[in-house]
Amino acid sequence: MSEIDVRLVDVVKRFGDSNAVDHITLDVNDGEFFSLLGPSGCGKTTTLRMIGGFEQPTSGLIELQGQDVTWLPSYKRNVNTVFQSYALFPHLTIEENVAFGLRRRGVKDAEVKSRVTDMLRLVELPGFEKRKPNQISGGQAQRVALARALINRPAVLLLDEPLGALDLKLRKQMQVELKRIQREVGITFIYVTHDQEEAMTMSDRIAVMNRGKYEQLGNPESLYERPQTRFVAGFLGVSNLLAGTVDGTADGYALVKLADDTRLRIPAALADGNTQIEVGIRPEKVRMNTPTDAIPAAANQLDGTVTDVSYVGVSTQYIVDSKSGIPMTIYEQNIERTTNGSLYRQGDAVRLSWMPEHTFVVGSAPTTAPGD
Amino acid sequence: MSATSLPVRAGPTGPSFRQRIGKATPYLLLAPGILWLLIFFILPTFQMFLTSVSTGSLDNGFKLTFSGAAYVTSLTKFGPQFLNSLLYGGMATLLTFAIGFPVAYTIAFRGGRWKNFLLFIVIAPFFTSFLIRTISWKVLLLDDGPVLSFLRDTLHLLPPDASVIGTPIAVIAGITYNFLPFMILPLYVALEKIDPRLIEAANDLYASRAGAFRRVTIPLALPGIFAGTILTFIPALGDYVNATLLGGPQTQMIGNVIQSRFLLLGDYPVAAALSFILMAAILVAVSVYARALGTEQLTG
Repeated sequence: MSEIDVRLVDVVKRFGDSNAVDHITLDVNDGEFFSLLGPSGCGKTTTLRMIGGFEQPTSGLIELQGQDVTWLPSYKRNVNTVFQSYALFPHLTIEENVAFGLRRRGVKDAEVKSRVTDMLRLVELPGFEKRKPNQISGGQAQRVALARALINRPAVLLLDEPLGALDLKLRKQMQVELKRIQREVGITFIYVTHDQEEAMTMSDRIAVMNRGKYEQLGNPESLYERPQTRFVAGFLGVSNLLAGTVDGTADGYALVKLADDTRLRIPAALADGNTQIEVGIRPEKVRMNTPTDAIPAAANQLDGTVTDVSYVGVSTQYIVDSKSGIPMTIYEQNIERTTNGSLYRQGDAVRLSWMPEHTFVVGSAPTTAPGD
Repeated sequence: MSATSLPVRAGPTGPSFRQRIGKATPYLLLAPGILWLLIFFILPTFQMFLTSVSTGSLDNGFKLTFSGAAYVTSLTKFGPQFLNSLLYGGMATLLTFAIGFPVAYTIAFRGGRWKNFLLFIVIAPFFTSFLIRTISWKVLLLDDGPVLSFLRDTLHLLPPDASVIGTPIAVIAGITYNFLPFMILPLYVALEKIDPRLIEAANDLYASRAGAFRRVTIPLALPGIFAGTILTFIPALGDYVNATLLGGPQTQMIGNVIQSRFLLLGDYPVAAALSFILMAAILVAVSVYARALGTEQLTG
């Protein structure tokens, strides 16, 4: 498992006078479902295309299973790609499309036939052999593209936003299916997407990319629970960020003073010697209380006024203007309050509370602009 | 399949005027074209057929006798000219393809922002008269014209008595030049439509550059190849201007015969019969050719 399948060392790709990919160093393990996640133009597709051999890096090194492939053309790499638009050959049948790679490698006819049949069964399209790409739906084309790549048993499968063209329901279904297929074939997947939920659902590890670099690399849980930059905190889910100054300690916690002198507790390790920091808290980890409710002593508290209420079924989303002047987003599961008919209303005074352990801290280094 | 785009409720009095017009729209749109074809193609073709089975002379008038004499004459006397047409037209088509494909490919895949300009250059010769351009070729290819004197006197690649004007080479060269844009444009349209990702996909699936070209680019360009060769070959078969201006007595094409029968000898039945035979030959050749390239590929 720990064997390294793909290694990028200090890879740079320049287009004109900007770095599309800016000094990326990355190891992808054998059998891993690895995602490159980021907004459009962050360099994720360019990175993928360099691994596939469709672009040559301006500088740096790309290794595939220990072999330097930096200058190897794509047809000599043991890597296959599922293209964003599927790129099925319109003049060939589904069978001929899927068999294309095996034929080029001179695999015997009988073996090609049986492997195509097996592969079409794996992607749940048996009996589609004789159809043409213009006779199947988008979801089916997506499976054919997957089959056409996987049949070659590549060391690594590259997927460039393969679900982008599908509708939401089909996309969810394909996410589960892709994960199943990946487990079944045991091939390393490198998956490019701008959809954070998709990346979280499927990936073992995710590199969150922004402006040609990745800002943080880790499993979905660590990225969500402990984002290290403002960008990651904002790109994966919703975050409330409260800027403040580290001001002493209490009961083993570091204290952070906000603009209105409210003091928040955070785990001491998170302060990490910084003075100006931003404390982050996820909306579902904040509790809504009335100003008179009893609140555990260790919890952080923040008073405010409800400015917006959106009932979305599974939860209710509140926007609360806190006393420190920062609007906070809170998600509350619809359990008691809906049955009691006691949802908060716009204008209600509330006291927000959350446990210090649930906070995270993002670096104060201005690597990215907010809302980017 | 209704001609109207919206479902319309028929009133108690039946379809309104508007609805009836709506139903007739496709036919109304086709009408001018059909009328045009009828008056200027179907009727003249029929008239020509009648002429081809008539006998008589310009002086005494032609009578419709349903005689096959003109066809017998056509098929027995003009073998060499038919052969010349096939040979020159075929050679010129091959040459336009050999020259045109790389040009169309380069414009389509490497043209970038110069695409439109390059296409303009391809069409630019059309701004000058066909006749003027062909006469210019005559000047170029004359025995003491620039091409021959360079090859013969400067490079000594040709013997001192070398001559091009009046030979099949001159005729084929002229046809090739004149019909080149008819080859390049359809090829360009077909190649330009090919998604570059398909080439990448072929490379990704272990096809080399040449392999991807053979298995993806060429098959996808087939409709363009078909259109280009047809658009070149058919008019080239019937062409007589190049053979008249650049050729000699030995390079007569069937077009020259038809022209002289019609305009010089007034032998209308044979001229009409020749035209019919040429048309039939082209129809047969095109359908065989389409079959060979695979009609399925051509349509979809």
